[in-house]
Amino acid sequence: MAPALTTGGSARGAVEDGAPAAAVRIDHVHKSFGRPGDRRSVPVLDDITLDVRPGEFVCLLGASGCGKSTLLNLVAGLDRPTAGTIEVPGGRPALMFQEHALFPWLTAGRNVELALRLRGLPREARRAEAERLLDLVRLGGAHRKRVHELSGGMRQRVALARALAQNSRVLLMDEPFAALDAITRDVLHHELTRIWSETSLSVLFVTHNVREAVRLGQRVVLLSSRPGRVAREWTVGLPQPRRIEDAAVADLSVEITEELRGEIRRHGRH
Amino acid sequence: MAGTETTPAPGTAEGDLAGLEAGLDALDAVQERRTPFGQVLLHKVLPPVTAVLLVLAVWKLLVVAGVTADYKLPDPSAVWHSLRGLWLDGTLLGIVWTSVSRGLLGFLAALAIGTPLGLLVARSAFVRAAIGPILSGLQSLPSVAWVPAAVIWLGITDSAMYAVILLGAVPSIANGLVSGIDQVPPLYLRAGRTMGATGARGAWHVLLPAALPGYIAGLKQGWAFSWRSLMAAELIASSPDLGLGLGQYLENARTDSDMPGVLLGILLILFVGIAIDLIVFSPLERRVLRSRGLAAAR
Ligand SMILES: Nc1ncnc2c1ncn2[C@@H]1O[C@H](COP(=O)(O)OP(=O)(O)OP(=O)(O)O)[C@@H](O)[C@H]1O
Ligand SMILES: [Mg+2]
Repeated sequence: MAPALTTGGSARGAVEDGAPAAAVRIDHVHKSFGRPGDRRSVPVLDDITLDVRPGEFVCLLGASGCGKSTLLNLVAGLDRPTAGTIEVPGGRPALMFQEHALFPWLTAGRNVELALRLRGLPREARRAEAERLLDLVRLGGAHRKRVHELSGGMRQRVALARALAQNSRVLLMDEPFAALDAITRDVLHHELTRIWSETSLSVLFVTHNVREAVRLGQRVVLLSSRPGRVAREWTVGLPQPRRIEDAAVADLSVEITEELRGEIRRHGRH
Repeated sequence: MAGTETTPAPGTAEGDLAGLEAGLDALDAVQERRTPFGQVLLHKVLPPVTAVLLVLAVWKLLVVAGVTADYKLPDPSAVWHSLRGLWLDGTLLGIVWTSVSRGLLGFLAALAIGTPLGLLVARSAFVRAAIGPILSGLQSLPSVAWVPAAVIWLGITDSAMYAVILLGAVPSIANGLVSGIDQVPPLYLRAGRTMGATGARGAWHVLLPAALPGYIAGLKQGWAFSWRSLMAAELIASSPDLGLGLGQYLENARTDSDMPGVLLGILLILFVGIAIDLIVFSPLERRVLRSRGLAAAR
């Protein structure tokens, strides 16, 4: 086994070395695709160390192709790191993909019920619980709708309900709202923060939209590109019903965007 | 307050968003409209009827023009008389049923064998490498080629007929399932895995339903192959003890030089093949595709 490294080495603010210190612990993770030793295999992630505390909302920000999805897949257990360890003490996290990934052969309600069933909920309880979850994302009437009959925003909301149905302690979200128009996205931001503040969910939210990251996260982590490393992180001290057009959100976004530009420019010089 | 849309006060943000959401959903909702019955008649029934009438007209024209001898190309009415004769004898339904029951029974057996076989090929790399190419190769082998072998092995019996059907239909059904499974978007499998659908549960809840369209296409083709194989077998291996099916009827008409009977046999075989497809497989396929939003409501 790899030597157990304590989290003390990172530059982050002091995390108490107490009992459930992290909901997700990403420890010196490397990832490259292709066979090890192959000259074509390029490192995608390089020495990523990042913790998500229980109940924390962390936004992961980075340019396209910097390895955000790769990292989420690793955390979700869909792929294995080349080196380093990832721990999710609370059990299998729920993952919301960039595409809604709903099953088209099931209705919206049945999609949610399937997650409940796989979680082991008895048949009688499933129906009511699915209704509750759809209500939670304000889609109470959509139980019998087919996936293709829903709009993009409604699909993302059903996908959110399905992810919540897994009752995981950790929710991973991979640019879930990237394809939506600004108004719909606004509405979903509002719902997500509401659900998050009402539960003890830990969220790791991937985006390449700086404003979205600042609107949602308690912490914003910027990844550099090629290879992906943690470049910098910010603690967002603003109180939570925020709005994307708030001046404070805009100010911090400008600062982060400047940093992101710098990261991208750095590549142009080589 | 009338000005909420232009100046959103922080206190009403919640109400604002709820209203927005309802508005968005109303805009998004799909509106479906049923096609009126007259339209269905016009677009679905009229074209095939026109085509059939056109063929009959050309046929009649050729007969009237005396293009060829009467015993080679009989008048359409002669075929009609043969049909009427069979009906009045009370033998028509019996002939058709003998073949259809054989075909369907053989198809069901092919289904029972082809499905697990397809699953095995799709899921096991070893089995796929071993018999995958043979299975797809068998699809291009005309099943009539099996008839002589089946007759030598099993004699001119019902078993020989079923053997030929199986050899024709099993590869189609198995291959349909294999390509259905191969074409399942990996995203669904990954989504299933994050929800804990692995192993047998993954196969049952995600893989198989996702592969259903390909599987049904395979079934459709499997039926076509069953029917084709059976007719070949009945034509070649006809014997009085087997009971009179459509293939034997056709063969008997040939030995009697009864051209109207031959044409009637061909038309009946064609008709049964089309009818089973229209009654069973096409609706099944349409339902599955439409429920997934894969077929535009035409
Ligand atoms: N299976 C794979 N095989 C080889 N290379 C891969 C594979 N998956 C991803 N990559 C590479 O890894 C890098 C990171 O990909 P990833 O999908 O994680 O980016 P991302 O940060 O999510 O980008 P985006 O914001 O565009 O979604 C890319 O350069 C990509 O080409
Ligand atoms: Mg991505």
